[in-house]
Amino acid sequence: MSSIIHGAGAATTTLSTFNSVDSKKLFVVPSRTNLSVRSQRYIVAGSDASKKNFGSGLRVRHSQKLIPNAVATKEADTSASTGHELLLFEALQEGLEEEMDRDPHVCVMGEDVGHYGGSYKVTKGLADKFGDLRVLDTPICENAFTGMGIGAAMTGLRPVIEGMNMGFLLLAFNQISNNCGMLHYTSGGQFTIPVVIRGPGGVGRQLGAEHSQRLESYFQSIPGIQMVACSTPYNAKGLMKAAIRSENPVILFEHVLLYNLKEKIPDEDYICNLEEAEMVRPGEHITILTYSRMRYHVMQAAKTLVNKGYDPEVIDIRSLKPFDLHTIGNSVKKTHRVLIVEECMRTGGIGASLTAAINENFHDYLDAPVMCLSSQDVPTPYAGTLEEWTVVQPAQIVTAVEQLCQ
Amino acid sequence: MATAFAPTKLTATVPLHGSQENRLLLPIRLAPPSSSFLGSTRSLTVNSLRRLNHSNATRRSPVVAVQEVVKEKQSANNSLLITKEEGLELYEDMILGRSFEDMCAQMYYRGKMFGFVHLYNGQEAVSTGFIKLLTKSDSVVSTYRDHVHALSKGVSARAVMSELFGKVTGCCRGQGGSMHMFSKEHNMLGGFAFIGEGIPVATGAAFSSKYRREVLKQDCEDVTVAFFGDGTCNNGQFYECLNMAALYKLPIIFVVENNLWAIGMSHLRATSDPEIWKKGPAFGMPGVHVDGMDVLKVREVAKEAVTRARRGEGPTLVECETYRFRGHSLADPDELRDAAEKAKYAARDPIAALKKYLIENKLVKEAELKSIEKKIDELVEEAVEFADASPQPGRSQLLENVFADPKGFGIGPDGRYRCEDPKFTEGTAQV
Repeated sequence: MSSIIHGAGAATTTLSTFNSVDSKKLFVVPSRTNLSVRSQRYIVAGSDASKKNFGSGLRVRHSQKLIPNAVATKEADTSASTGHELLLFEALQEGLEEEMDRDPHVCVMGEDVGHYGGSYKVTKGLADKFGDLRVLDTPICENAFTGMGIGAAMTGLRPVIEGMNMGFLLLAFNQISNNCGMLHYTSGGQFTIPVVIRGPGGVGRQLGAEHSQRLESYFQSIPGIQMVACSTPYNAKGLMKAAIRSENPVILFEHVLLYNLKEKIPDEDYICNLEEAEMVRPGEHITILTYSRMRYHVMQAAKTLVNKGYDPEVIDIRSLKPFDLHTIGNSVKKTHRVLIVEECMRTGGIGASLTAAINENFHDYLDAPVMCLSSQDVPTPYAGTLEEWTVVQPAQIVTAVEQLCQ
Repeated sequence: MATAFAPTKLTATVPLHGSQENRLLLPIRLAPPSSSFLGSTRSLTVNSLRRLNHSNATRRSPVVAVQEVVKEKQSANNSLLITKEEGLELYEDMILGRSFEDMCAQMYYRGKMFGFVHLYNGQEAVSTGFIKLLTKSDSVVSTYRDHVHALSKGVSARAVMSELFGKVTGCCRGQGGSMHMFSKEHNMLGGFAFIGEGIPVATGAAFSSKYRREVLKQDCEDVTVAFFGDGTCNNGQFYECLNMAALYKLPIIFVVENNLWAIGMSHLRATSDPEIWKKGPAFGMPGVHVDGMDVLKVREVAKEAVTRARRGEGPTLVECETYRFRGHSLADPDELRDAAEKAKYAARDPIAALKKYLIENKLVKEAELKSIEKKIDELVEEAVEFADASPQPGRSQLLENVFADPKGFGIGPDGRYRCEDPKFTEGTAQV
């Protein structure tokens, strides 16, 4: 696979998109060619496929001083092209459009993806460019149009099926589990199902219980599918492209609150490996595993933690199924402490599976039990205050790290 | 060969909303209101029967009573519905279906195959009637009662029998079983265990065909035929797909094999309006009801439906009145069905009916039919021998085919992809 670059996700966002507890400080990230160090800024640096070591980072000292950089700086990459800045939903659209240009078999199906441009504008303009059959506006019948996508995939097309909200895909569970996941196996390998099932999920801004669901926990047991979660414009485009090119059925989880993240991404063609995790912030004291929106809560907590003298290593696992046990394992072997921060429910969630996987594989390397912070096992309430307490907040992350690092 | 009606007539005369005037244009006589279609259900009285039929023949789509008209035509201009070659082909296909299923029953009771096995005895006319009109690139989607659909589509008896025995040489390498017959070569898209599950897949295959024609600008006339039962017609997926197929004018034919029973649930006890063909016009496609015990009638309707689809005029819903001579599956004691009902349909055995037609119309000699039967017997025996002799799947096959790209199993703790681990390919690795 050529040009597998991943990581280096740099995110800009305004605080208004977060349910954040604290400050008015903006997370401003300079581009990769301009890694100047300034106070009160932090840089999210990425890594290449786990082969680099991060010895060149700043060492955290347990001092009273405020450390200017929350994250180790990478050497300035002068060979990088200038890139262009866009929002996450535009990155998804760009990825989708590029793949549709590249391969005429790629098509889109979903509710309001065509003329309306997608309820989160991910497919905006595509119907005008590619026509109504390639960007198909379906009636409201998730089970049937997901099945239709699967049948089309079996007969040679590469559909990208959009669930207007991930929760709606519960109606398509039959097709996703029985057909999408299983048909390659039960047909003895005769038929491949190269679909991408994507859509926004997660707890938004007072959307109510049914529109705030996290389906990754429900789908994770289905054999035969891969699940990835994007969190930055860079990895959104990269994962979208990789998912479309993959021969396996892939479910791409997006988050409602992350669509307006802004970042500069490369101009050239790139994909993000579907099975790899992303090193967000290398560190020494504790491994924090997270994905999707919780990445930003973790990074916010990381700022506080760094000021308190801790050096957390933050990994965006990205691949929810299968887990990248190599990146995670290397981190555990280094820090010996693991905290999982997720938006999934506590019961049977991704964190639960990850805890089990880490305990099974890296038990000897742990100095403390794996701690998992997940959302409360409640239907997401409408009220703002209650909703805030349903998901993990940065303050809880800070407390948990302090507890684990005692 | 002359047909009872010109190909376009059927389309023209199946109005979206049945009207009296249109019906009168039909050259075909309707079946009488007290048709045996509704089957015998003890609780149904004559009055309720009449109420159900509305005794208003104008509301119905025509029952295609091809054989009657053929008899008329015969005396008129001596033309038949099929040629000798076609007749022999149809006969052979139906005999293959029947012999194969009978052999399956034997093998099941001898402990060679396990699980749920659903046999197709009695319904052969539907499979043969439709599938023998298709080309290799047309697709067929079926349900768990799929052995004969696979055979009609061209999957070899050996491959199907091996699959049933769970051997490596089966069409799905032993991984699918009775309810999952797939063949990429013959475009048999399964084989689905849950009812209604295959209908969206069939819709997708038809969508693919339309996409190829209109977006990729390829020469694609492929149609898809979806087979399913009366029980499925109460399932949401059925209606969702009728809607989409008619909306996008997909080249698909929905074939309802109405054998009146869904395991032990009579169609009449489960359905508010038991006339399934009526549901077609509700979605904007023609709905046709045909005698599914007569392969020639089915074939005539199928011809029109397939031609319609190939011309790009959209889907058709065909309800075939048929019956399964055996229970729902080999585990079904089949105690609920009336002996009288079974006897009535046994008298309408499609194979016997075709044989009678072929001989009466002097198309074939009895000896030719006998030789076909012998040939098929040998073929089925050979298939069993082949399946018996084939090896069972090895441990290494367990983890194959889960993913088309086995990188989907992820990266192990050592940094290598799990699929590269030699223990993995042996099937002994933990996943």
